[in-house]
Amino acid sequence: MTERAKTASAPPTARAIQPEPRPEPHDLRAPLWVVRGRMDRGRYIAFALASFFGLLILWELVAAAGTINPLFLPGPLAVVRALIAWWQSGDLWADIGISVWRVMAGFALSAVIAVPLGLYIGAYQPVRALFEPIMEFARYLPAVAFVPLVLLWFGLGESAKISLIWIGTFFQMVLMISEDTSRVPMAQIEAARTLGASNSEIVRLVLFRSAMPAMLDTLRITLGFAWTYLVVAELIAANSGLGFAILQAQRYLQTDKIFVGIMLIGIIGLITDQVLRRLHKFLFPWLP
Amino acid sequence: MTARVVLQSITKTFPGGFEALAPIDLALEPGSFTGIVGASGCGKSTLLRIIAGLETRSAGRILIDGEPVAGPGRDRTMVFQDYSLYPWLTVMQNIRFCRTLAVHARNATDSDIGDATRRSVALLNLMGLARVEHAYPKQLSGGMRQRVAIARALMAKPAVLLMDEPFGALDAQTREVMHDLILHVKSAEKRTIIFVTHDVEEAIYLADRVVVLAPHPGRIDTIEDIPFTARHRDLRLDPAFLTLKRRITDRIRATAGLSGDLDDLKTLTAPAG
Repeated sequence: MTERAKTASAPPTARAIQPEPRPEPHDLRAPLWVVRGRMDRGRYIAFALASFFGLLILWELVAAAGTINPLFLPGPLAVVRALIAWWQSGDLWADIGISVWRVMAGFALSAVIAVPLGLYIGAYQPVRALFEPIMEFARYLPAVAFVPLVLLWFGLGESAKISLIWIGTFFQMVLMISEDTSRVPMAQIEAARTLGASNSEIVRLVLFRSAMPAMLDTLRITLGFAWTYLVVAELIAANSGLGFAILQAQRYLQTDKIFVGIMLIGIIGLITDQVLRRLHKFLFPWLP
Repeated sequence: MTARVVLQSITKTFPGGFEALAPIDLALEPGSFTGIVGASGCGKSTLLRIIAGLETRSAGRILIDGEPVAGPGRDRTMVFQDYSLYPWLTVMQNIRFCRTLAVHARNATDSDIGDATRRSVALLNLMGLARVEHAYPKQLSGGMRQRVAIARALMAKPAVLLMDEPFGALDAQTREVMHDLILHVKSAEKRTIIFVTHDVEEAIYLADRVVVLAPHPGRIDTIEDIPFTARHRDLRLDPAFLTLKRRITDRIRATAGLSGDLDDLKTLTAPAG
């Protein structure tokens, strides 16, 4: 009490030797360089765009410097010209269309089997014992090495491409879906059981519903695998599609067209990924 | 609506030979509230899970109103500590979850369905959840979530309500509110309740009878009848309450094999020389 009174009535000279108060930091936003720090959306987009355009400018500079033969590295403008030429030739949409169709067919065929199988592997130990070790083994079989077999079995038709995409995605997908199912909290299952749920009700009403968002994520990730194997399939045995166009371009040394093909696949992948992310938010508004 | 629960020589030995429960014999009167406490590893949760049918027993019988039971059943519903709500269902849909199951829909008449609707609304009000009827669990606080879990378990009209540390993840203030809510539920619903907790005070405040389990292997150490009739916040500070709390805590300490740790502590804190 007396201490405080003394400090309050201290003479002005005592106050003068106190250090200047630190200036308020005018930027009150969270610092950027903190492990697991925060970043607002605007700055995130700014950084992302900077990296994208930075790469583009770097590419143009290297190409324009003329030290590298344009046959090996065409500049961005050459690539855009190649895209326009492809479009004008009338093949662009047909090539994109057939490739998307193949990916979707192979991917859907995988998903239709992998989702129920993965769900049952995650639900019942006997099903797990029956299928999981086989899937773990099959997952390491190199899909690309199946090309000769696939050609032998299915010839050069559409089924060859679709089955190669299936081989490349199915086994991974089954294991990831079973993992998604295994991660459903035990308390959710046991609560249903004490309320009188049968096994099939637990699978249908709890496991599947609870794992759905994770399953959609798994499908989004494995869709990327499907595109990889599409290109493999089309490089080897096709007369249409983006992968085929890339191979044709290589034969005629149209490096710029190879670039266009690669980027188109990248852009299609990016768009589907964004669509699926939106769908995720729309379908599962209850997620924390 | 409520049932007499008899446990006859329940034992549990896990594969590998770990003896979790030595023979447990216990009879619970209809409408009674039993608190089970004990040192960690005493098998109190295992015992509750065996009664629920979620864990198999090695020997013994469980009788509900004289009928032996095997496996889980809707006559014994359970409230878990956490993560048991269905996040994709709203509060009301969670409470009514059991109505979507075949066992509850079988032979249901129109009047049953009407009763169920009335009951779900009554439970919603009893638990003070009317305002959040259409909210998803993610929008609720921990205490509110546990209220939904309790309402969901009661919706099945169980003869026995099993609670496994239902407030273990809540903060102290929310817990006290939940305690009074549970006492209110007990008087409104008149179910036989078995409540497992590590919190001695919670057990005394809520239960008619507190069973102390001793570990290695899990067995009944003491049974304390709780004499208090009026349960009110002030009871927690009542000398008789504190004496009882002290006695039960001492039993848990004595059975837990903590004396070694306490001796170590004494040598560490003893004045030098």
